[in-house]
Amino acid sequence: MAKKKLNPLDFEALLADINADFPTIQALDKDGKVVNEEYMPDLSDDEMVELMTRMVWARVLDQRSTALNRQGRLGFYAPTAGQEASQLASQFAMEKEDVLLPGYRDVPQLIQHGLPLKDAFLWSRGHAAGSAYADDLQAIPPQIIIGAQYVQAAGVALGLKKRNKPNVAFTYTGDGGSSQGDFYEGINFAGAYKANAVFFIQNNGYAISTPREVQTAAKTLAQKGVAAGIPSVQVDGMDPLAVYKVTKAARDWAVAGNGPVLIETLTFRYGPHTLSGDDPTRYRSKETEGEWVEKDPLTRFRKYLTAKGLWSEAKEEEIIEATKEEIKTAIKEADAAPKQKVSEFLGNMFEVKPQSIQEQIDIFKAKESK
Amino acid sequence: MAQKTMIQAITDALALELEANPDVLIFGEDVGNNGGVFRATEGLQEKFGKDRVFDTPLAESGIGGLAFGLALENFRPVAEIQFFGFVFEVMDEIVAQMARTRFRMSGTRTMPITIRAPFGGGVHTPELHADNLEGLIAQSPGIRVVIPSNPYDAKGLLISAIRDNDPVVFLEHMKLYRSFREEVPEEAYTVPLDKAAITREGTDVSVITYGAMVREAIKAAEALEKDGISVEIIDLRTVAPLDIETIIATVEKTGRVVVVQEAQKQAGVAAQVVSEISERAVLSLEAPIGRVSAPDTIYPFGQAEGSWLPNASDIEAKVREIYEF
Ligand SMILES: Cc1ncc(C[n+]2csc(CCOP(=O)(O)OP(=O)(O)O)c2C)c(N)n1
Repeated sequence: MAKKKLNPLDFEALLADINADFPTIQALDKDGKVVNEEYMPDLSDDEMVELMTRMVWARVLDQRSTALNRQGRLGFYAPTAGQEASQLASQFAMEKEDVLLPGYRDVPQLIQHGLPLKDAFLWSRGHAAGSAYADDLQAIPPQIIIGAQYVQAAGVALGLKKRNKPNVAFTYTGDGGSSQGDFYEGINFAGAYKANAVFFIQNNGYAISTPREVQTAAKTLAQKGVAAGIPSVQVDGMDPLAVYKVTKAARDWAVAGNGPVLIETLTFRYGPHTLSGDDPTRYRSKETEGEWVEKDPLTRFRKYLTAKGLWSEAKEEEIIEATKEEIKTAIKEADAAPKQKVSEFLGNMFEVKPQSIQEQIDIFKAKESK
Repeated sequence: MAQKTMIQAITDALALELEANPDVLIFGEDVGNNGGVFRATEGLQEKFGKDRVFDTPLAESGIGGLAFGLALENFRPVAEIQFFGFVFEVMDEIVAQMARTRFRMSGTRTMPITIRAPFGGGVHTPELHADNLEGLIAQSPGIRVVIPSNPYDAKGLLISAIRDNDPVVFLEHMKLYRSFREEVPEEAYTVPLDKAAITREGTDVSVITYGAMVREAIKAAEALEKDGISVEIIDLRTVAPLDIETIIATVEKTGRVVVVQEAQKQAGVAAQVVSEISERAVLSLEAPIGRVSAPDTIYPFGQAEGSWLPNASDIEAKVREIYEF
């Protein structure tokens, strides 16, 4: 249906028109029923089971990481429960050679993309060895500066295009992050160069305590892509199949040389912002949390798969146990990491050491040998 | 008088200035309902309303620009940067815009802005939360950098900063927030900007420092006293511009100096103190000027902070070396 021509001076109508343009894409409803065949992805039974397995793995990892943090066995931790579909289903659509530029909460995708779990733990503990990435791991460590990875993704994406690689750069920020200058610069650059990027905004409703409504007057965050001239989609971020479908389509489009895509996933984090003292009861209610629990991505996918005879309680139990074992082993490996030395940090400052650094290395070597 | 932590003293100062002057506005990420991630603005939105104390979208450059614009409209913005490591996002607004406005408009406009931020190491934060970046701003003309070392000064200096008509970057060391209490008057009072404090009188060696290192210097001085070495401690309080008079007076008094900063050696404030002394008081020196600082690496990963950060025993050793020279 062709759009009605609007009077450009009728600002109210113009605004309403923009807001109507971004429906939320959904394949599975909260009961695991297919509501939109059109958005069902092309995944084999095995692949669907694998995706569910990863989501269960992520939920267990979140629970165990939270517990380990409280016992003082982990350092920085940003909870992920609730965001499994948004995180794992999007990463599931990527190839190993695609380049991941994660934020601090995107550790599950990073591990699925190839970072050893032990290294993720070392990173959390503030150990440099957790960021010594293998050459074939197409990723950089989680970014702390919000939005910085967006501009960098534009650079990686242009690099991939110039090298004619059939790959994309993919990166994540939050609803809060979509307010940063770097966010706009990143999508605009990638758009201007038609670079191979897929940008995600994981809209979990809050930037620490600040509700999404305070971030912008825009009704959807996806619509921010319009100004950059790039296709932009809002998807139900609690629906793994819809997230996968949209991501896969976005990747195909970007790899084909059409330029970037922006995807907003509507999701929720059940836990606090991080485990460093944030108290979500200060800014959101039990009711809000409850409403989101009803949309849980694991519950709906479990129902869908069970109805198809692809999933069972016993199978899930097995995955949970295996994940706990995997975590136990990785923690032990992390415990065995050698103590960090300032003299080694100094050695990593420059390829060719200036006098000031050499002198300081000598001072710290002497201290460290005591 | 009540015993207060530094963070309580800061909240006090903010509340008193909000009360005293309707043009004072507080804003930043999570400063409203949440009271800031360290709770420095706890209860202020409740008491003064969302027009005076409000959350911003997550964008530091935007926060800086907002402060600049509100100052032009004669408000007195007190903006919070959640952690000072994020200052790079707002560097242009701070050093290239606010700091220049009085100068470039021939004194016809003022920038009565206070930018508050937690900073400093030793509390195991993730990357870019702890960095000592005061030297970066201290190098830029036209802006003050104020760093309190205790609750009493924090309150008085913050009130002075808010009332001052020039931009002030006010840095609060995270380790000092809740580590000790001190008598702090209930009412508003000021501690002057641009004036160093003589924290401890002594005759043998002067330790010139600021921020969390003041407490390390006190520990060192107490240990040295047992060996009969008398240490004078100068707390700079305003690290840019420097209180040269107080610095030179202590150098002339003791003839031996150790300058201490938590920041990396090549990062600023201590280097400026050393330059001023060598230019103005070299003939008063009985020994080379000693320097204690962190090494010249990127701020290290959390687990390694303990061996990286300078501490009381580093200061003690350096003072001994200079004393025995
Ligand atoms: C440049 C910068 N400013 C502020 C912060 C502090 N900070 C860390 S996370 C966060 C909120 C982020 O919210 P959002 O982007 O919605 O992502 P979420 O944490 O909800 O996944 C803030 C303000 C930071 N890390 N970097």
